[in-house]
Amino acid sequence: MIPNQYKITTSNVNVDYGNKRALHDINLQIEEKEVTALIGPSGCGKSTFIRCLNRMNDLIEGCKVEGKIMIDEVDINSPDTDIVELRARIGMVFQKPNPFPKSIYDNVAYGPRIHGLAKSNEDLDNIVTKSLKRAGLWNEVEDRLDASGLSLSGGQQQRLCIARAIAVNPDILLMDEPCSALDPIATAVIEELINELKERYTIVIVTHSMQQAARLSEKTAYFHLGKMIEYDITSNIFTNPKHEMTEAYISGRIG
Amino acid sequence: MTDNFTEIRLRKRYRAEKRFKIYSVSALILALLILATLISSIAISSIPAFTQINIGIDVKMNDDQILQFEEDPENVSWRSLQKKSFYSMFPDVETRKDKKELNKLLSTGAYIEIKKFYLDNPNKLPDNNIIYVPASDDVDLLIKDIIDRDLPQDMRTISDNQISYLDKLISNNRIKKTISWRLFSNSDSREPELAGLKGGIVGTLLTMFVTLIISFPIGVLAAIYLEEIAPKNKFTDIIEVNINNLAAVPSIVYGLLGLAVFLNYMNMPRSAPLVGGIVLALMTLPVIIIATRAAMASIPPSIREAAYGVGASQMQVIVHHVFPLALPGILTGTIIGIARAAGETAPLLMIGMMAFIVDVPSKITDKATVLPAQIYMWANNPERSFEYLTSAAILILLVILIMMNLLAILLRKKYERRW
Repeated sequence: MIPNQYKITTSNVNVDYGNKRALHDINLQIEEKEVTALIGPSGCGKSTFIRCLNRMNDLIEGCKVEGKIMIDEVDINSPDTDIVELRARIGMVFQKPNPFPKSIYDNVAYGPRIHGLAKSNEDLDNIVTKSLKRAGLWNEVEDRLDASGLSLSGGQQQRLCIARAIAVNPDILLMDEPCSALDPIATAVIEELINELKERYTIVIVTHSMQQAARLSEKTAYFHLGKMIEYDITSNIFTNPKHEMTEAYISGRIG
Repeated sequence: MTDNFTEIRLRKRYRAEKRFKIYSVSALILALLILATLISSIAISSIPAFTQINIGIDVKMNDDQILQFEEDPENVSWRSLQKKSFYSMFPDVETRKDKKELNKLLSTGAYIEIKKFYLDNPNKLPDNNIIYVPASDDVDLLIKDIIDRDLPQDMRTISDNQISYLDKLISNNRIKKTISWRLFSNSDSREPELAGLKGGIVGTLLTMFVTLIISFPIGVLAAIYLEEIAPKNKFTDIIEVNINNLAAVPSIVYGLLGLAVFLNYMNMPRSAPLVGGIVLALMTLPVIIIATRAAMASIPPSIREAAYGVGASQMQVIVHHVFPLALPGILTGTIIGIARAAGETAPLLMIGMMAFIVDVPSKITDKATVLPAQIYMWANNPERSFEYLTSAAILILLVILIMMNLLAILLRKKYERRW
């Protein structure tokens, strides 16, 4: 086998919802500890693609994924792959902040608890503290960890979800439009956070905002109607797109 | 021209909206009026049943009877003690016929009160005691002015002689009105002044207990499978349609099933809360399954995704998140289902729980009846007092059902969460 320097490699990934094909032959290589942005108009399949990477599409009735997705040289769709362990290694942050209706502490502690990551209560406290610090939320909530996760503001809730995702020690973070439900200030905080997080995690982010992709990512993939049109270094995509559809999108003619 | 036209249209729309509002408000008022009439008529006609008339008798035991009592209270001839004591209060009543009439003023169970008095107060054995015993149902109605004493003698169930005895008792201040606690402490009886609901209440509780412990776990687990685990295909569609159909099956059909399967085939005990509970559990199952599925379907998918996203297994997602969040809805559905079962008579008819049973059941295999069945049987009794007792029993059943529904509302309020 040829050694592969990429963290995630997808080859010929097709996704069908019933009879409708949502993704056509996606081939993408994602580098370790980089931010990869997926952009494109609504319904282009970028969310569907990101959900393939932790097999979230398994939950959708009638959704069929074909092709090969290798993460760390392992085919995640092979029958030997345990889906629970896979999802523990790949954290996910969703479009709308979705904390559990539990306390802030329990939200973060839930993952470590079910995976048995903490040997004692002290251990668990440490994991919760560390995760909240990394998510940049610690200073705002350290004196009210027992408060409900739902009592936080939208931006804080989203950072809580990020803390929850990184508490189980993943090496990949998938973010599905994490800022689309937030105001510009909360968005700026999250973007800053993503910039810090990429030192530790491989991040794949779906975004509607081209500026966000330009600010955050090393590589950008442009999706259109279920096909990947162009994938390149971010600056190339935005300054010198090779494909005319990409150019049309970034200049605002498609969208 | 256009302005005028717009204004006409506008006024027309306002009128239509006003009419619509009036229709709906009057429908609501009508419904409330009907309900209020029903409940108040039951409440009013139940008032006489909540009090009972007692007659005070002078009782003095002779030495023989005291000796008998000390040997064994069962040896005392309580009935003759009651009769002799009562007759001695009316020395001028002499003939056998008159004495018999006199004795009919007292309930046939009056001696039980005398016995109870001495068992509770053994130190008063040699004393002269005034013991209050229940009056017969006709006396009860006469004192409460339900039987009109001015009617000619042959049109009432109480004779002129009896009325004169009663008047003597009244003037001697030996008539006492008390609250009829026996409604809750006695079980069923042919005598209205002795009949109580304890057998029916305990029977209902035992039956509901069996219904709950069978239908809740089975219903919830079945709903979890159908809602969360089962693949969506033709087969599960058929199951779903049939569960909805089962919820609409007439309840007597479940009774026939119970008769055929549990009594005839499995030889379970007749008239027992065990069988009644199983039959009602079968009837309640579809209600619980539908309520549980609806409660779980209302949990936002984002919570499931969040849990799956941190690597929870399907069981963990259900046990840690979906089930606890759906619990208020599940409990509400369950309590409403159980409350419906508690008011059910038809299925119990087929398995022999619609029966005159005097003993209070102590376990689920004892013979028992339930409150609605007792109401039905009381309504069929010829004695006039049962008319008021029936209303009282309906009121008590309604109070129990309303309390169950209140519990459902409180539980929902307490555990309800927003997301």
